[in-house]
Amino acid sequence: MTKIEAIIRMQRLEAVQDALTELDISGMTVTEVKGMGRSKGITHTYRGSQYTLSLTPRYKLEIVVHDHEVEAVIAAITEVARTGEVGDGKIFTYPLGEAVRIRTGERGDTALT
Amino acid sequence: MYGHNEIPITHDKLGPKPIASLCISGKVATLISLLLLGVTSAFAQQDGLKPTTVAIDKTDTLWVLVASVLVLLMTPALALFYGGMVRRKNILSTMMHSFTMMGIVSVVWVVLTYSLSFGKTSNGFIGGFEYLFGNGISMKAAYPYTTPLGTIPAGIFMIFQMMFAIITPALISGAIAERMKFGGYVLFTTLWAILIYAPVACWVWNPGGWLFARGALDFAGGTVVHLASGASALAACIALGRRRALEHRDPILPNNLTTTLLGAGLLWVGWIGFNAGSALAMNDIALSAFLATHLAAAAGMIGWLICEKLHFGKPTALGAASGLVAGLVGITPAAGYVAPMPAILIGLFVGSLCCFAVGIKIKLKFDDSLDVVGVHGIGGATGAILTGVLASAAVNPSVADSLKSNHGRVGLVFTQVLGVLAVGAFAFVGSYLLIKLTQKITGVRATSAEEDAGLDISLHGEAGYNL
Repeated sequence: MTKIEAIIRMQRLEAVQDALTELDISGMTVTEVKGMGRSKGITHTYRGSQYTLSLTPRYKLEIVVHDHEVEAVIAAITEVARTGEVGDGKIFTYPLGEAVRIRTGERGDTALT
Repeated sequence: MYGHNEIPITHDKLGPKPIASLCISGKVATLISLLLLGVTSAFAQQDGLKPTTVAIDKTDTLWVLVASVLVLLMTPALALFYGGMVRRKNILSTMMHSFTMMGIVSVVWVVLTYSLSFGKTSNGFIGGFEYLFGNGISMKAAYPYTTPLGTIPAGIFMIFQMMFAIITPALISGAIAERMKFGGYVLFTTLWAILIYAPVACWVWNPGGWLFARGALDFAGGTVVHLASGASALAACIALGRRRALEHRDPILPNNLTTTLLGAGLLWVGWIGFNAGSALAMNDIALSAFLATHLAAAAGMIGWLICEKLHFGKPTALGAASGLVAGLVGITPAAGYVAPMPAILIGLFVGSLCCFAVGIKIKLKFDDSLDVVGVHGIGGATGAILTGVLASAAVNPSVADSLKSNHGRVGLVFTQVLGVLAVGAFAFVGSYLLIKLTQKITGVRATSAEEDAGLDISLHGEAGYNL
């Protein structure tokens, strides 16, 4: 089992959701986050006073998949979340210790689907 | 009406053929009965049937009543305007600054400051004590010291003026937002209403006031309301010091500019009552003031947006709201004295000027949180001086009197500048001293911890947004 964490542009969420559904991936946790990377911040101007907010808003997706699905998911997200501009986000993967379905007590790979 | 002889001596309806009009108008019939009852003096002998003093006119009274309601609306509108611009942790404390003025100043006005402002004055600087505790304010007869007498009862005049007294200290609160201790604010504004507002209102608007006597023109409060609050705002924010967040370089972002736009829109509506109501009658001067006010707001918005687009690249919603308010501030002293084109000119000029004036605080490093100095101070002073330049006797006959008593246009402009300097200096020095005095009694500055947590939760124990 692997946990995939992807930081994506907010306006690409629907496309990523559709791509994951195509791959039959049914579970995902989405969080609104703020972060910084290579992209410049956003400049606000209020009565001529300018403030640059270096933290920009993104969605963080957390998806836990079977090990054999990892490459397909990475490929799908990379394809649909990309705009080509700086600030498209990143994908991180982590080996996962355990998964438990709370309703039934199932563990491991069977708990995922 | 705030200048010389602005209250119309004769009503249009009673003009050339009073007898014919008297027979057909119900309103005029009321007037006759009032005359017969001896409520006001009757017809002068030498002029036949032409009245020299005018009885209470119900239409005029009703208009000033409606205008009073509109001006009252401006204070909650100001609360919205200011409330939207502060950080979310301070929205309630900021709105409270305006709302508490509706409580405190209303009571102080009737108990004390109406008398100090409009009671008979022998020295031209402060009124007497005759109206203390609301005594002696007639709900039937006109305010007694204008020549000639007005056509509305003294009671509604007092109520209308009360609304101005409420909003003026509330305007100052924009400069000290996000860092002032609540008890300190209450004490400071109460003292300010008594020791700064009342004298200045007396100088400019009391028929015995020294600036009034010099023929200074201030139709609806460019000096009394806007310049006085702007100069006091400068003193208060200097005396209080900068917000700690500025030293930490934390971004200070408005919590909700939609609230600010709503407030600005309601201020525009209320300001029609503020300026057109200041004619104290439903006449040609009220209509001129209405048109001039509306056009200046429109032109102020256009002026600010153009400057913003050219200078900063993007026209902003906050700029639109600020520009219309700047235009309104600029036209306030001029409203009942200028023709439509000069009104547009004043709006455009003041709107554009204030777009840059709000940058002064960054260069000079005083923390005027919501730009009271840049908009009300600079805009009020500029409008007052432009009033001297553009006031027209064709719009308002009292301008002719002011020109005469000042020996022409240059003299009038000089008197306007004198008014600006006198009111500005008095308000600035007085407010600085009052803040220092308040500091000794209650303290004026919220603690570092209170400022960090936000004044809403730390001073009031509540939050504006629990979303």
